[in-house]
This record gives sequence, C-alpha cells and structure tokens, in this order.
Amino acid sequence: MNYELIGISVLWLFLYGYLIVASVDFGAGFFAYYARLTKQDHVINKLISRYLSPVWEVTNVFFVFFFVGLIGFFPDMAYYFGQAMLVPGSIAIVLLAIRGSFYAFENYGSKNNSFYMFLYGATGLLIPAALSTGLTISEGGYIEETADGVHLLVGELLTSPYSWSVVFLAIVSVLYISSMFLSYYAHRADDQPALNLVRRYALFWSSPAIIASLTTFIALSQQNEEHFNKALDLWWVFGLSVAAFMLAVFLVYRGKHYGWAFIAVMVQFFFAFFGYGASHLPYLLKPFVTLTSGVTNDAMAVALVIVFIAGLLLLIPSLILLMRLFLFDAEYVKGKNRYRV
Amino acid sequence: MFDFDNVAVSQSLTAMTLLFHAIFATIGVGVPVLVSVAEFIGIRKKDPHYTLLARRWTRGYTITVAVGVVTGTAIGLQLSLIWPSFMQIAGNVIALPLFMETFAFFFEAIFLGIYLYTWDRFKNPIHHWLLSIPVVIGGTMSAFFITTVNSFMNTPQGFDLEGGRFTAVDPIAAMFNPATPTKVFHVVSSSYLTAAAILAGIAAFIILVKKGSAYHKKALKLTVSMMFIFAILTALAGDLSAKFLAEHQPEKLAAGEWHFDTEEGADLVVFGRLNENNEVENAIRIPNALSFLAHGDFQAEVEGLNETPEEELPPLWIHYMFDLMVTIGFYLLGISLLFLVFWKVKKWNTYHPLLLWGIALAGPLSMLAVEFGWIFAEVGRQPWILRGFMTVAEGATTSPYVTQMFVLFAVLYLVLALGCILTLRKIFKGRPAELEMERRYPQVAAAREEADE
Repeated sequence: MNYELIGISVLWLFLYGYLIVASVDFGAGFFAYYARLTKQDHVINKLISRYLSPVWEVTNVFFVFFFVGLIGFFPDMAYYFGQAMLVPGSIAIVLLAIRGSFYAFENYGSKNNSFYMFLYGATGLLIPAALSTGLTISEGGYIEETADGVHLLVGELLTSPYSWSVVFLAIVSVLYISSMFLSYYAHRADDQPALNLVRRYALFWSSPAIIASLTTFIALSQQNEEHFNKALDLWWVFGLSVAAFMLAVFLVYRGKHYGWAFIAVMVQFFFAFFGYGASHLPYLLKPFVTLTSGVTNDAMAVALVIVFIAGLLLLIPSLILLMRLFLFDAEYVKGKNRYRV
Repeated sequence: MFDFDNVAVSQSLTAMTLLFHAIFATIGVGVPVLVSVAEFIGIRKKDPHYTLLARRWTRGYTITVAVGVVTGTAIGLQLSLIWPSFMQIAGNVIALPLFMETFAFFFEAIFLGIYLYTWDRFKNPIHHWLLSIPVVIGGTMSAFFITTVNSFMNTPQGFDLEGGRFTAVDPIAAMFNPATPTKVFHVVSSSYLTAAAILAGIAAFIILVKKGSAYHKKALKLTVSMMFIFAILTALAGDLSAKFLAEHQPEKLAAGEWHFDTEEGADLVVFGRLNENNEVENAIRIPNALSFLAHGDFQAEVEGLNETPEEELPPLWIHYMFDLMVTIGFYLLGISLLFLVFWKVKKWNTYHPLLLWGIALAGPLSMLAVEFGWIFAEVGRQPWILRGFMTVAEGATTSPYVTQMFVLFAVLYLVLALGCILTLRKIFKGRPAELEMERRYPQVAAAREEADE
C-alpha cells in the first residue's frame, strides 16, 4: 500500500472517530437543553453530565487531529480549503470555542445556568452544519480559482439542494447517534425513567436519519454524477450499513441488548462513511486536489506514519483506561460516588 | 494597496489569537507542575493543606484549560485559513511536529479528565498523584513540539527549495533546527515561572487583603520557592537565547538592542528613545555588555543593523519589548530572592506588606513579560514568515473577508475573557480554603486550631 492511501485511511478513521464521539456529545448537549425546556431535566441531566464531564476535552482533540493530519499528509488541501473555508471555518471555530469553554463555565462554575445550557445545546446542532460545509465543497462545483486566488461560490452553496441535504443529514445523525448512546448509558446506569425518555428520542430520530441518508444520495447524483456512480458500485457496503441500522432500531424497539444496538449504530456509520469516502477517491477536492497530486513528500509521509503508530500505542491504552474508569465502571455510571474535584 | 491591507489584517488577526492563547497556554503548561508538586508534598508530609492547595488550583485550572483548548483549536485552524500559501509549502516540512503536538495534547486531555474525576477514588493517594505526571508530560511536550515549529520559521532547515516547492525534506533536521534548543528551554522555563508567579501573587494578595491562614502562608512559601528556581532557569535560558540570536539571527538582536554599527566591545542600550536620525537618546548605556551578552566576551564583535538590507529590517520598536521582558525577568528573580532571604533571616518579617505587594505584582507582570517576549520574537523576524524564504505578504490569504473575521474573533475573545473571569470569581468567592479544610478534613483542622492557640 502506498503512503497516500495509508494517509487518507488514517485520516478517515479519525474523522469517523470524531463523528461518533462528537455526535454523542453534540446531541447530549441538545437533549440536556431540550429536557430543561420540557421540565424533564431532573430525569436525564445528571446522567448526561456524568458521561460528558471526563470526556469533553477529548472530543475536541479528535477533530484537531483529523485537521492537522489532513494538512500534514496533503498540504495542498491547506491552500484550497484554507482560502475557500475562511468564513465557514471561522464560524465553526467560534462555535466550537463557545461550546467548549461554556461547558466548563457551566459545569465547574455557574451550575444550572440556563443561558449557558442553551448555548451548549444550540451550538451542538450548528457545529455539524458548519463543518459539513467542508465535505460539501469537496464534491466540486462550489469553489473557483481565479488569478487573484481561490473563492467560495457562496450563492451556489446556499441554493444547492445537495448542500442542504448534507446539513440536514448531519443534524439528524447527531441526534440519532447521541440518543442511541444515551439509551445504552441509561440502561447501564439502571436508570429506568431516563432510559424511557432517551429511548423515545432514539426511536423518534431513527426515521429522519435514514430518510436523510437517502435524500443525500439522490442529491449527490445531481451534484456529482461520477461520485454517485462509484457509490453505486459499492452498493453492498451501503447495504450492510442499512442492515446494521435495522438491527439497531429493532433492538432498541424491543428494549433489549442496548450495548449491541449501539455497536450496530457504529457499524452502520462505519460502512456508510467508508463507502462514501472510498467512492469519493481519487479526488480529495474536485477537481483541484487528488490523492496523488496533493500528497506530501515521501520522507514526511514515512515520518507521519511512524509517529502515528507510536502515538496509537500511547493513546489506545490511555483511552481504554479512560473508558474503564468512566464508561464501564458500574459504580461510576450509576453515580454512587461523587469524585469531583 | 488592497493586498497590503489584507496582509496587515491577517497579521493582526493572527497576533490577536496568539497573544490571547499565550495567556492560557502558559498557564496550561506551568500550573500542572505546581499542582503535582503540591500534591506530592501533601502526601509525603501527610499535610492536607498541600493536598487542598493542589485541589483548589486544579479547580481554577480547569477553567483556564477550557479556554486554552478552544483558542488552541482556533490557532490550529487559522494557520491554514489565514496563511494558506504558507501552509501549502511549509506543511511539507512542519507536519511532523504539528502532528506530534496533537498527540501530546490528546495524551494530556485524557489524563486531565481522569485526574479531575478520581480524587479520593483510590485507596492509596499516590495512585492519584501518579495521574498528574502524564498531564505534566503532555503539557510540556506539546509546548516542546509547537515551539519547534516556531523555531523552524526562524531558522528554516532540512529541505531544498526548487521551483517554489520543498524537496529533499528531512523532517528531523527541520524539527531540531538551530533555534529549537534555546527556544524550547526559554518557553518551558518561563511558562513554569509565570505559573509560579501567578499563584504566588494570588497567595500574597489574599494574605494582604484577607489576612490569610496557615494554608495561604504555606502556599506562598511553596510558590515563591519555585518561582525562584524557575527564574534562575529562565535567566539562563534567556542568556543562551541572546547568544543564539547573535549567531543565527543577528538582525533580531541588533534591532532589539538598537545596535547599528558592527563593532567590538558593543554597549548594551537600556530603554531610551530614537530621534529622527536613528540616534539613541536618554538611554542607560552599559559599556561592552552587549558583546558579553552575545558572545560571552566583553570585547567580541557584534553585528549591527546596518549589515541588514533595509527592506529586511524588523521594526525598531521591538527594543522596548526586549527591555521590558528582561526587566521583568530580573524583577521576578529579585523579589523571590528577597522573600527567601526574609524567610530565612528569623529577625525579619517575612510577611511585610511591601514585600507581599511586590509578590502580588509579580503575577500580572510575569504574564506581561511572556507577551512582550513573544512580540519581540515574532515582530523581530519581520518581514519574514519563513526567514530567508518567504515573506509574510506572500503567505497571507486573498479572501476579502479577513476584516470581518477579525471583528468576529475580537468579540469571541472578549466573551471568553469575561466568561473566564466571572466563572473563576464564582468558583472561589465565598468559599474560602479554611471552610473547605474543615469540611474535608474535620479532625485535622480541629487539631491544628488547638495547636495554633
């Protein structure tokens, strides 16, 4: 396997990781606020903050990781994406900044401040929308290169059915993934009232999630026919994704095996995401950057791959420790002890 | 004209983000060291005062870390958004340290999360203390890696430039460029120093205003002692940095020192002002000191500014940044030494109000020195973004929206600063350490009170 393929696979893996952990986090923020509005916060908020508190920082790193790795392996992307994404990128940074810091302000300082909670909930839906712009413009047709630089065609972006269907897909996926995870977490905590509530959310958001996937597919055929046809060649990958979706919803509907249900959700998105990524190649950013044109020199690619492996050897045990202490430790999940600072 | 404006705004936006981030990054690197030391002393001496100290520092630290993380994310992305042409080229060479920095940050984030939520969770307190080690290592390593990137921009090496692209890249050589050792040493030692000075400043202030208890006096002694150690290290690092500059970036040192003519036995110019003819007025001149600073020899030749082509000259006002940074550095060293002397000489009053005010002042001053130092280092390499290879103007974005983004981020940083201050106030206001001591360690607190009386 050549370096660029290793590079893009590594990056895709991290983006997938971000998709899962960030969705749980983004959706949880939204549900926490929604529960407050509907006066059900006493049911689930403790549960949510018990999960979020030790992991909120880690979530952010997945994204930075993907981003830094992308520029590292494919420096040409910095040139095109950097110029085109200045505005949407900056908005995403501002939203991430508000979200991250206000979480800490609320959680460690002004407990139960409704305004902070609102910001936390709202940004959780706006960030996926802003970030998904990056995926949208990579399909081609949204940026132009002229003598004085690269420009984003804002009008095209705002009037395109494809870009809106991606935004919609991003938001409903967040709510779906998050509510499926919270169902699992509530089940582990033996918290029946919370489970009833988040299980309702999960079942509710499952249908828009699958519908949005289909409409995005249809819109893609309009936007980028080549990509669409390649995706059709990989029909079996998307078929596995749909099968995993049905399994997940079935298990939650029956109210059994929540752990397996969430694994099925992860499998569902794994296949959908890798199918999408594989059919996107060889373009990273159509038509300016391809896998081979944008890649960094060999020496750097080798160094990055080595560091990546060394880094994983460090990170994986640490992440396992984190999960054992806070995700799989029954005492902690049930909130029997308060270990706070 | 339009291009020029874009460059100036891009520069200002980056400067604003970096100066804001530097505050939280410095605290982020330095405070874990003090927390770890305090917790360790607490366990060794079985003195809950120190444990409580570590705990309360950590509580405030969490808030600053949050702001540090989000502004760090901002600068990480802004590098590509605002300097796309620079990143397209330099990305081939600096990707490695950037990538490793993210690893270090990841490592720190994981263990900070664990550290925060496992107080009292282990039977043996040393296990919890052990968790602070990866936090210290992660923070310091991320400072190390990111500083190598900045060093590379000052003394680029490890590549050939052919037709606008880097070839024959050697990532290790690029990382360990000539500027790396002194810069890393200076950044890390001054971050530790600043964190110690800020925490010492807070302890001194509370003793002054609210009398303070045994808890605050222990805090003061611990932090000022560490301040003294780190101030010596920082002075050493600063001296090595000046010698590095004399050899590799003579124009930066010369601009910082207003040293125009190449000469032997050069004087050190302290403060003063420049008239229209670039002559120095009202300055304190220390004979031959610049030669000593630059080469360790009072008679050595020091290259002057006149050797540098005019269009490659950095702005001359960085002289003040240099002088202010160094002055504050010596102030921190002096005041901490003075306190230690007062402490050891039994007759003298360790808690003399003037001395305490001096320490209280050291906190904000040390942070200012960090900012001045960064301004000196960064403005001192203008007009280059990659010294000798690419000017700042060639690296900036062409997007017409930079000005709007500048306003957007200015508002963001204002909101973050306000939120941070309000939250810190809320955490500590009305919750004095003594009360928490009684609540957490009722027997110990009672026993101490008897002993005190």
